[in-house]
Amino acid sequence: MRMRGADAILRCLEAEGVEVIFGIPGGAIMPTYDAMARGTTVRHVLARHEQGAGHMAEGYARASGKVGVAIATSGPGATNLVTPIADAWMDSTPLVCITGQVRTTLIGTDAFQECDITGVTMPIVKHSWLVQDVSELPSVMKAAFHVARTGRCGPVLVDVPRDIQEAELEFEYPDSVELPGWKPPRTVHPLQIRQAAEALARAEKPVLYVGGGTLNADACDELRELAETGRFPVVSTLMGKSAFPETHPLFAGWPGMHGAKWSNLAMNTCDVLVAVGARFDDRVTGKLAAFAPGATIVHLDIDAAEISKLRTADIPVVGPLAQALARLTQEVARLRAEGAPAPEVWLERIASWREEFPLRYATGGEFVKPQWLLEQLQELTAGEDVIFTTGVGQHQMWAMQYLLPERPRTFITSGGLGTMGYGIPAAVGAKAARPEATVICIDGDGCFQMTCQELVTAALENLPIVVVLVNNGYLGMVTQWQDMFFDGRRSHVHLDSSMPDYAKLAEACGGVGIVVREREELRPALEEALACGRTVVVDVRVDPLEQCFPMIPAGAAALDMIEFVETVEAEAS
Amino acid sequence: MKHTLSVIVEDRPGALTRIATMFARRGFNIDSLAVGPTERQGVSCITLRVDCTQHSLEQIEKQIHKLVNVLRVTELVPGEAVERELMVIKVSAAADRRAELITTAAAFNGRVLDVGPDAVVFELVGTPEELDAFHELCRPHGIVELVRTGRVGLSRASTRRQARRLAAIN
Repeated sequence: MRMRGADAILRCLEAEGVEVIFGIPGGAIMPTYDAMARGTTVRHVLARHEQGAGHMAEGYARASGKVGVAIATSGPGATNLVTPIADAWMDSTPLVCITGQVRTTLIGTDAFQECDITGVTMPIVKHSWLVQDVSELPSVMKAAFHVARTGRCGPVLVDVPRDIQEAELEFEYPDSVELPGWKPPRTVHPLQIRQAAEALARAEKPVLYVGGGTLNADACDELRELAETGRFPVVSTLMGKSAFPETHPLFAGWPGMHGAKWSNLAMNTCDVLVAVGARFDDRVTGKLAAFAPGATIVHLDIDAAEISKLRTADIPVVGPLAQALARLTQEVARLRAEGAPAPEVWLERIASWREEFPLRYATGGEFVKPQWLLEQLQELTAGEDVIFTTGVGQHQMWAMQYLLPERPRTFITSGGLGTMGYGIPAAVGAKAARPEATVICIDGDGCFQMTCQELVTAALENLPIVVVLVNNGYLGMVTQWQDMFFDGRRSHVHLDSSMPDYAKLAEACGGVGIVVREREELRPALEEALACGRTVVVDVRVDPLEQCFPMIPAGAAALDMIEFVETVEAEAS
Repeated sequence: MKHTLSVIVEDRPGALTRIATMFARRGFNIDSLAVGPTERQGVSCITLRVDCTQHSLEQIEKQIHKLVNVLRVTELVPGEAVERELMVIKVSAAADRRAELITTAAAFNGRVLDVGPDAVVFELVGTPEELDAFHELCRPHGIVELVRTGRVGLSRASTRRQARRLAAIN
């Protein structure tokens, strides 16, 4: 069928089954927005900032398992997408970003709103295309979706000059992609599986170390099968959170910088460590040379480049995780049947560590404690269909420690890039993906102020979200570092918990605002917020001096973690 | 240790930039770089010389392999590959030194491209080591200018052509 490039973009999105896209129009993308006005089945959510649109697309992708789509104009529209693209790159979130570009005749002339966005984003995309011939548009779009969601997921960018959107083509959406250089692994090697199973089934102290790749691979059922078949304890990274039910008896907590001591003890003293779609990030390992010394490393990953990047893998298994885990389970079941014993002593050991080293915080004092706030929220939402998103900082770490998701894709956060401001737009995107779920953004007051304009999007687009603001009036994590590692010199971290007036701001943005100052106000406020069905901000004034523990100082060995009690004693003496 | 990588890529806009960007981003340094067409239409070969450990080399190979336009990455292992490079060198040479220089160049199968009143331009093709040797011999005469193409190479015809598998990929 003969049509314009702009219409072809929409027909491609429809052919890919895209339900919703997030964006903001502008000069160079106007033909495509005009095509939207002429009719499409794709819903467009109008964000208030392109960064918001990008994070919404990420939240959508994380909650749904589908590819997120963001659309923006050239120049500043495109550069505002850079942070979400970098975020999606670090966290392997499948994202297709479509940007307008100045006319092909103007490219390279420093035209109005011109920016070489394919050049700017080159180190943070899986691939990008500058479409220079309208007839290539369908195959480029097909390839873009294919690359974003196959192999290790991640962001791609399609830059479409305005005259290409206006030019005509004979449209036909291709059935297959032609990318001779893109061959992600499709199968796992049986020998590697057998070796991994041998090591795992015979281990006395095994640990499954689960990362975000497990969620991306939709391999959570297979993971659970493996854990239950072999009776293996499971630690989950921040990105892996919700891949394994955290109320499960085999769940062994969260590793790393603010993980639980018992989890880090398990991970660092194990004899066989199986990384499942995880990448030995410095926030997990602490000092790499001292990480899990003596453990045999089995590394399951779709991305061969992650194997032995940081920690040498003794048994690498490259390939799709669902397949790898299912085969591993078969082999482990066989070995168990042949008499390889389950690690019951080890599981008891971990359970006793769990008893001995629970998460702790001071319960006295006049203030609402942030940890208590999250405990209350967990109690109120346990078993319900909720999706949590977070910003980045102390509140994020407390959310990791105290929220116990049970279903996949219900904890959405910015891990690798650590993007403050991720929470609110990601929540809006998650709500678009799962309108039946209650979406709760745990946010800090610093993060909130970076992207709070998207509350308007939530209100106007009928995508209501609950924002629980852990408001301590500080850039809390930076304050904690200044207090602990910079001799307490507070440098530009005070925000003031009462300004802006968050409740009034919520109302100004079309939502509901509730302020919580006293402990007894919290529970009713949260109940009201969860029941009201509108976008709501619960501004909880928490202890401004609360610090997040345990903590492994950057560069220290995981077992040299600072615990809550020790710090309090140190301060008292 | 130095390694030579041969990267076969689709001849698409930005293919070279993507590889160069990847090197820069991961902190790997490129010693030399040569790009040109191959026997296949629309397919180019990028030959890179990098100075890195074996561990880094495997990382580099795997990271390059992930790029969408890259069709194949192989290391040209010394002994299993032939490598050549072209050098054009302008050497100071008064009339009385010309003959000596031209004789030396002849020993390296060099060609005289141009002769001026006080300099000679030679062209040399050879292994990078041969070019280094000639370069050293010219040095006492005074080198006015020098350019090298960077090495290119192929696996030997006499050894069975076999794509070297990456150790870490099963």
